[in-house]
Amino acid sequence: MTFTLKIWRQKSPDEKGRFVTYEAHDVGPGMSFLEMLDGVNQGLIAKGEEPVAFEQDCREGICGSCSLVINGIPHGPDRGMATCQLYMRRFPDGAVITIEPWRARAFPIIKDLVVDRRALDRVMQAGGYVSVNTGGAVDGNVLLIEKDQAETAMDAASCIGCGACVAACKNASAMLFVAAKVSHLALLPQGKPERTRRVKTMLDAMDREGFGSCGNQYECEAVCPKRISVRFIATLNREYLRAGVVESGLPAEPESPHAESA
Amino acid sequence: MMKLDPKIPAGPLETKWDRHRFSEKLVSPNNKRRITVIVVGTGLAGASAASTLGQLGYQVECFCFQDSPRRAHSIAAQGGINAAKNYQDDGDSVARLFYDTIKGGDFRSREANVYRLAQVSAQIIDQCVALGVPFAREYGGQLANRSFGGVQVSRTFYCRGQTGQQLLLGAYSALCWQIERGQVTMHPRTEMLDLIVIDGQARGIVVRDLVTGRVSIQTAHAVVLATGGYSNVYYLSTNASGSNVTATYRAWKQGAAFANPCFMQIHPTAIPPGDEHQAKLTLMSESLRNDGRLWVPKIAADHRPPGDIPAEERDYFLERRYPRFGNLAPRDIASRAVKTVCDEGHGVGPGGQGVYLDFADVLEQQGQDVVHERYGNLFDMYNRITGEDAYHVPMRIYPAPHYTMGGLWVDYNLMSTIPGLFVVGEANFADHGANRLGASSLMQGLADGYFILPYTIGHYLATAKLSPVGEDHKESCAALQRVTGRISRLLNAKGRRTAASFHREVGKFLWDHCGMSRNKAGLELALRSIPALREEFWRNVVVPGSGEAFNQELEYAGRVADYLEFAELLCHDALHREESCGAHFREEHQTADGEPKRDDTCFAHVAAWEYREHAVPTLHKEPLAFEFVQPTTRSYQ
Repeated sequence: MTFTLKIWRQKSPDEKGRFVTYEAHDVGPGMSFLEMLDGVNQGLIAKGEEPVAFEQDCREGICGSCSLVINGIPHGPDRGMATCQLYMRRFPDGAVITIEPWRARAFPIIKDLVVDRRALDRVMQAGGYVSVNTGGAVDGNVLLIEKDQAETAMDAASCIGCGACVAACKNASAMLFVAAKVSHLALLPQGKPERTRRVKTMLDAMDREGFGSCGNQYECEAVCPKRISVRFIATLNREYLRAGVVESGLPAEPESPHAESA
Repeated sequence: MMKLDPKIPAGPLETKWDRHRFSEKLVSPNNKRRITVIVVGTGLAGASAASTLGQLGYQVECFCFQDSPRRAHSIAAQGGINAAKNYQDDGDSVARLFYDTIKGGDFRSREANVYRLAQVSAQIIDQCVALGVPFAREYGGQLANRSFGGVQVSRTFYCRGQTGQQLLLGAYSALCWQIERGQVTMHPRTEMLDLIVIDGQARGIVVRDLVTGRVSIQTAHAVVLATGGYSNVYYLSTNASGSNVTATYRAWKQGAAFANPCFMQIHPTAIPPGDEHQAKLTLMSESLRNDGRLWVPKIAADHRPPGDIPAEERDYFLERRYPRFGNLAPRDIASRAVKTVCDEGHGVGPGGQGVYLDFADVLEQQGQDVVHERYGNLFDMYNRITGEDAYHVPMRIYPAPHYTMGGLWVDYNLMSTIPGLFVVGEANFADHGANRLGASSLMQGLADGYFILPYTIGHYLATAKLSPVGEDHKESCAALQRVTGRISRLLNAKGRRTAASFHREVGKFLWDHCGMSRNKAGLELALRSIPALREEFWRNVVVPGSGEAFNQELEYAGRVADYLEFAELLCHDALHREESCGAHFREEHQTADGEPKRDDTCFAHVAAWEYREHAVPTLHKEPLAFEFVQPTTRSYQ
């Protein structure tokens, strides 16, 4: 198979980028999209030209490194997969394919198709954890967790932090990313003690980093390689509302044992 | 002269670690603030070590080459993590996990280390639960377990097929907390390119900022390497493409012994290689062998579709050869059995490199829903890559390089032969002997990082005499020059071949001669051929672009240059070990029916190699004494 690729090239953050057209020849249907790009790059390197910079690592859809907008859609045309899991049999022979980086204010371009996603790490550092020391943890079976609850937490926790949700959103919002972590930890007893603080600090960090707010268009869910549901954004909003109530001093949960003993 | 002192505490096995911890010196809280520790790598071992050291009060400088610490390759581990919890009440115990691991490693690991690993295994699960890792649960709310290859109890904890991801995200979240607290400074997209040794102590590293290309010196009181394994020396492996040998290899060149490099795990269940453009082999979790049955047609070169081959014309070769363990035989044994049937011409699929992994029985007995719940994501993954539907046709699988039991030599305290250089996780050699059991790498990485290193490094820091060193020290400058010299050499070669073409060539060579089975003639041929390839590399490689910018090809070429040297060390070790044990199979040493023959008289030792400039590395041996278990012939028949 042969393809015409229109690839975004940009030497550095400050320089202007542009689309450059390349031909990919001798592509087999069983080749992955990234292997097809490897082939183009090998040709460029052999000619002494700079290859197209793009990110990849595990190539099995779990590390979250790969980050290409393919024909306008983050991670390409299929749902529930990362760029590295896309195979060329998905495209008709001779197709023209446009390849761009994630585009968002919070993700400055480093080079070509590589962007700086450290903003997501900083949002996590603002509260995406349970503050427990190493050592002295109680036995893992002390706190029983309903199977369904654990499964839902796992659905949320499966986020790979690729940032496709941001790239797909016209507001470049990181709501799905934040919602996944807030929901994962709020669903588990271990995450409950810090849930009030967590939701606020993470959302504050999200705003600070220049991510937009949710526009309820659900594009994030549509491109998420782990099919994380926008229902978690609803959970996030509930957690945020709850945090506001708790902070204002009203009892958030009427069945609170402290209320009974008073 | 290098001296290997494993520093194993005396006394009964069960109390070695407790007594050792008590006898260790501590660093006072006030002094910890003034101590800087470098941690390189943020996989399970690195992230857990960095976060715990930060929590203890040390100043931690943490490095990874990925854009975020959360992307380290531990993330890709699928199956699970072992722990001697005995929640199933099926006869598990610390002693049994210890024995399974020692036996699984074919009696080529240290008793004391392995026992300690089994002891802390239960704590790891508790710690991970406390961090919010969403392990699979039973309906009653308790933690669920599954069984895994090479053992007869059910002790593996899991998060669907994404256990590594969830454990790493747990360790990453702990790291995030320490970054927020200012105890850890994270340096993503920063690659370690050399080690700085001053007065015989590891005192820093040379790093390259992968965005700006700036090369700089980072000094500290101790250095921890958590940089993973070197399976990518084979070019095609299940590892992430960024995983590499550079950090450990550079440490070797500065005086750290490299132990058992030839102990290389080939995982039996990867999707078979396709065309030459292929960049990696995708692993299908070992858990599939719980329900899938491996078979090949009895008639060689039988090209009928699998459905047309009647049961009596199928060879369920693992069940036939290893009736007691069947399809759950350990990885090394299963891989070799696959290779044997393929070499005999029974392989299926392109090039005869593949065997069937068939789910027809479980689908018929338990239905598609059950299979979907257990393995849905794996079946989807298989479908995406091969275009085949494993609910209707059997999967095809073939072994692939996956994990390296070998690594930098460390003593009981996880310290290498360079004082102040500690090595944790897959990067060290310590616990898995000649073969690792499934779901044990996650256990070892977290054991090292959360529970072992934080104790042992304290004793070193409390007792070592560490004079202040600066970036202008002559050893620092020398290390910096080594790095910049290599970078400019790579950029100035201006040849005609890409680094990938050399990588593919050396990888193919190793796979053919130092892969699943090895022999003297092949290894000697490899040792003669690799230097020529290396010489051509430096003469004829092409690396476009500049060193003072983001340059992925430069990063890659540097790693390939190290593979081209490291490949030789691998072959030297495989050549020296005139026995078959675990994953290391020497064709000269096998029984009449093809089972490996171990030699405990001559080879019950750790082979630790010392670097020598322009010469064959020097072999040092650490004898393995078995006080508590009796090495037996490892039989899974």
